[in-house]
Amino acid sequence: MSAVSRAEDLNLIGCGVCGLVCRAKPLADAACPRCGSGLRRRKPRSVIRSWSLLVAAFIFYIPANLLPIMRTGSLGDVDDNTILSGVVELWQKGSQELAVIVFTASIVVPMLKFLVLGTLLVCVHRKTRWAQRQRAKLYRLVELIGHWSMLDVFVVALLTALVRFSVLSSVEPLPGVIYFCLTVILTMFAAMSFDPRLTWDCKGNE
Amino acid sequence: MTDESPPPAAPREDLPEPVARRRSFSASLIWLVPAIAALVGAWLVIRATLDTGPAISISFQTAEGLEAGKTPVKYKSVVIGVVHDIRLSGDRKHVLVTVNLQKTAENFATAGSRFWVVRPRIDLNGVSGVDTLLSGPFIGADVGDSDDEKRDFVGLETPPSVIHGTPGKSFKLHSRDLSSLDVGSPVYYRRIQVGRVTSYQLDADGKGVSVYVFIDGPNDQFVSRSTRFWNASGVDVSLGANGLKVKTQSLATVIAGGVAFQDPPGPHDSTPAQADSEYELFGAMATAMLPPDGEPTYVRMRFDQSLRGLALDAPVEFFGVDVGRVVSMTLDYDEHSQQFAVVVGAVVYRQRLGRAHTKLEEISAKRGKGDDIGTTMAGLVAHGLRAEARSGNLLTGQLYISIDFVRNAPKVAFDPLAKPLEIPTSAGSLSELQERVESIVAKVDRIPFDQMATHLDETVKGLTTTLKQLNGEVLPQFKGTLLSANKTLNNANDALSTGSPLQQNLGLTLDELRRTARSLRVFSDYLSRHPEALIRGRRADADPISEPVPPPAVSPPSGNPP
Repeated sequence: MSAVSRAEDLNLIGCGVCGLVCRAKPLADAACPRCGSGLRRRKPRSVIRSWSLLVAAFIFYIPANLLPIMRTGSLGDVDDNTILSGVVELWQKGSQELAVIVFTASIVVPMLKFLVLGTLLVCVHRKTRWAQRQRAKLYRLVELIGHWSMLDVFVVALLTALVRFSVLSSVEPLPGVIYFCLTVILTMFAAMSFDPRLTWDCKGNE
Repeated sequence: MTDESPPPAAPREDLPEPVARRRSFSASLIWLVPAIAALVGAWLVIRATLDTGPAISISFQTAEGLEAGKTPVKYKSVVIGVVHDIRLSGDRKHVLVTVNLQKTAENFATAGSRFWVVRPRIDLNGVSGVDTLLSGPFIGADVGDSDDEKRDFVGLETPPSVIHGTPGKSFKLHSRDLSSLDVGSPVYYRRIQVGRVTSYQLDADGKGVSVYVFIDGPNDQFVSRSTRFWNASGVDVSLGANGLKVKTQSLATVIAGGVAFQDPPGPHDSTPAQADSEYELFGAMATAMLPPDGEPTYVRMRFDQSLRGLALDAPVEFFGVDVGRVVSMTLDYDEHSQQFAVVVGAVVYRQRLGRAHTKLEEISAKRGKGDDIGTTMAGLVAHGLRAEARSGNLLTGQLYISIDFVRNAPKVAFDPLAKPLEIPTSAGSLSELQERVESIVAKVDRIPFDQMATHLDETVKGLTTTLKQLNGEVLPQFKGTLLSANKTLNNANDALSTGSPLQQNLGLTLDELRRTARSLRVFSDYLSRHPEALIRGRRADADPISEPVPPPAVSPPSGNPP
């Protein structure tokens, strides 16, 4: 499968920031001669970083779902909603499309990220050759959808700022949204920490 | 990258080489992130478990307005729990509401706690729970003193009127009926609302009503041991010697009823009362302010005369003091004398006798017989104590019973052990009065009014002729006499007026008289100096002392010194 030789095989290193290809030298702290950024064959401790950030994100994901994220009050009728109960309420009140969007952004996307990153990390750990190209695509997908998973946070932030009619109606953020925000940020960091080049470091190559 | 990429070429020799860079970062620190996350998570879990108090179940008649997961449980407007679940009870007769209490509200899961649903409520005392119109109802809570754990409660259907721990005291009032009182009816002290009726219930024997009132602090100190409570409901209209009096506490009491209290006038025990003291609830202020009646004593009286005009509730008076009232009247038949008799039953309140009662009690206590009314009565009856039916109002013929001492009353047998006591009666003034009135009427009857009228007529006729005579004959003569008298008086007047000859003559005569008197004086002076002149006659020499004679018109008529 791997007919293509890797940069390592040719004793070359590409700069991760500016793309300059350099000759590999056994330096402890190599830096790109053009942009000065760190020059590594692979991101150091990428797997460990990704794993730890992913685990932290998952821990925060639990309170993010259990705690209410938003308090909506209208005419004294105060209502606390978690992510899931908000989705259910939207569905029951007839806004099925919105419910689907919120469900996708707030539940499907984070779960997908956990699954995908977890799978990638496990595969890297096992240095398997299984579905290498698909895994590369999956990684690009994770990077892409990561930008959209803050949707819920933006909704809460916007509503809190806009809906301020004191007694008539008001929206307050609740602790859940902070944990959700932390989850999203940590998953994005985890995705960034993951070095997709590791996908190609499989057993046969060493 | 594709599989068709060209084979790896040898790296170019002119590729740049990496430069060295100082960099120190311990990658193992990254595990701090999940560690912090785990700590936060653990903290959340611990807090959640610490915050979760006991779950209790409350049963209500209806779950109207309650929402699972949303309806709060509040104590003094502080949220202490949330409704977790609402279910029907097994027999479908009521609703079981499961409430998750907060950890801090653990002591609400004890036996004394009460729960009720706060809904908008409108009654005569105002509107409450308006805020729940918009926010939806919530469950109100009140905690008691008990420490016994309890998980299943029966919710109140109406909010309790007194929250536990409110400063103030609760009192129990005994009344014959509830009249127009209701839970929440106001309690007034000097027309200021200081409390309210909290509950009421029929007495166990069904013969009265117990009304519980709560007086808010600090006004509860005004309830003393001798305080009287009365029903201040409605309007009290009285017509007396001072005119028409209308008394009410407030407009609300006119409609909704209320209770008022005050200490009786005069010396009394003003120690603040203990909580939960019991009082009697009087019907009106006037009766409430009377001295306490104490225990009623039932007495019986047997009258051998008709008692027409004696009604039930007629007063029984002793020495003019109202001591009781008539409660029964029955007819009896005596076989021996073959006569009918009226047996009157009455209740007498001995305490209304005031000091007399206390003194009598003391005396009987000294005798060592305790409070034995029979013995005391026996002594009084021996001194002539008798009951009489007297007329209270001659016009309407209303009778009342008067217990009084009758002089020279015939001795009667008195059984001090009889129950009820039978007070001997005397025919008394009523029949006497009747007899006297009858005899007066008979005497009046005997007066010969007809003859008297005839005589009077004749006399009047004689008088008329006499008067005619007087008018026709005597009066004209009298007139002439008066005229001549008038003339005589006029003449006299003329004669006496100044300038009249009579007056002038009189003046001249008086002058002459003065001169005569003077010469007489001169003569007497001369004579005193020359007494010999009486014998020898007057000397010829001139007397230097002799005065010139003043003109008669100028000199005063008399009183001149010589």
